[in-house]
Amino acid sequence: MENGVINIEFWRLISAYLFIVILLWLTKRRGINREKRIIIATIRMSVQLMLVGYILMFIFDHPSPWIVFLIIFLMESFAVYNIYKQLDTPLTKKLKFVIAFSMIAGSLACLFYFNLVVIHFKPWYEPRYFIPIAGMFIGNSMTGITLGMKQMVENFSKQKHIIEGALMLGSKPEKATKDIVNSSFDSAILPTINNMIGMGIVFLPGMMTGQILAGASPLVAIEYQIAILIGIAGSVGISSFLSLQFGYKTFFNDRVQFLPNEKNEK
Amino acid sequence: MFQIKRLKYKQILSIEELEIKKNQVTCIIGQSGSGKTTLLKMLNHLLSPDEGEIYYKGRSVFEWDPIRLRREVVMLSQQPIVFAGNIRENLNIGRIFAEKKRCDDHYLIQALKLVNLEKKLEEDADSLSGGEKQRLSLARVFLMEPDVFLLDEPTSALDKGTEDEVMNSFLTEASKKGKTVVMVTHSVEMAETYADKIIQIQK
Repeated sequence: MENGVINIEFWRLISAYLFIVILLWLTKRRGINREKRIIIATIRMSVQLMLVGYILMFIFDHPSPWIVFLIIFLMESFAVYNIYKQLDTPLTKKLKFVIAFSMIAGSLACLFYFNLVVIHFKPWYEPRYFIPIAGMFIGNSMTGITLGMKQMVENFSKQKHIIEGALMLGSKPEKATKDIVNSSFDSAILPTINNMIGMGIVFLPGMMTGQILAGASPLVAIEYQIAILIGIAGSVGISSFLSLQFGYKTFFNDRVQFLPNEKNEK
Repeated sequence: MFQIKRLKYKQILSIEELEIKKNQVTCIIGQSGSGKTTLLKMLNHLLSPDEGEIYYKGRSVFEWDPIRLRREVVMLSQQPIVFAGNIRENLNIGRIFAEKKRCDDHYLIQALKLVNLEKKLEEDADSLSGGEKQRLSLARVFLMEPDVFLLDEPTSALDKGTEDEVMNSFLTEASKKGKTVVMVTHSVEMAETYADKIIQIQK
């Protein structure tokens, strides 16, 4: 025991891999053919987390705003790259810019407000707080933008005739795309909203569980969890809103003609 | 109303010169793939030509605000479009798009009669058949009261008898109100019956 935390001994940690062995045996027996994927995912998870553990240890021991900025930059870059990749469709330069802008502006604005006003830790770049909170905000915003954008791009392509039909009657693009943009926003924030609804009843969130295991009072853990969830909802909502609000406009040229097939479609 | 000069669009359309006159019914005929719909979309400024000019009321379409132009030159697509909601909402949506006042039920019922569609305004529009949806779309553009109607095969899903009734009453009413109609049709017979001028487009 160290500060009330049970330190998992090395061989006990290794024993946890028994679950993976069982999983491999089950999938092999059922002929599901996912052994390679499971092994790769397990190795990646283990190596990535070990590396992150050592990196975080170094950063926590040498707190510096520059290192924090560098980490945030890397996180944001990965998030933007991941959105492009997940959308799996050639995107226009304009739409790529909108995605990057919305991802960075939405998550950073919420992150700084949250850190400086809600949690209010000192120094403001304290990596022990700054980095994990940034991870949660950026990761969730990335998922939100991906889901919303995917829905919008697909529906613009599928419902081209409805949007054009509205434009033919003199509709502004905003009205012609309103239903699709709104339903895309729903898709973007639905996981976050569901998460909030099930919280505490269906599951105890990872961060709260981690804090309780680390010896914090459940009440303090809950305070943090509530604040974090509201912050994440804000970050997901604002980034997704920005991406859709500016994103739909990139599908129209300056003559208000609808161009869904110009690189935004498979 | 429209003048077209040396227009080219991809490999689809090439027009040296063309004039579409005010207050007339102009029918565009030609084989499928000859660019009839493309031409209508250009008049509605949903597409721009690669070369050449289109003038509307003496001004190049590029000088017009595209949304304002489309509110004066309304286009009805070949594929009937039904929006979510009942028939009343579907009839009014064109006016809502064009930022005009909604019509009273009295006018909506008149428009349904005009296109020979005897349905209740509360009925769900999505439950209509293909031909009924086409007539609903036609009634919708009629209620918008634009200067020009661009109609792309407006009666392709109707039988001959209904087609005649619908087009007869629609065009008579449009003519009474001094509207210009440009209509794409595959039927030479229909063009000969209703058109003041027929334009044939070659593939």
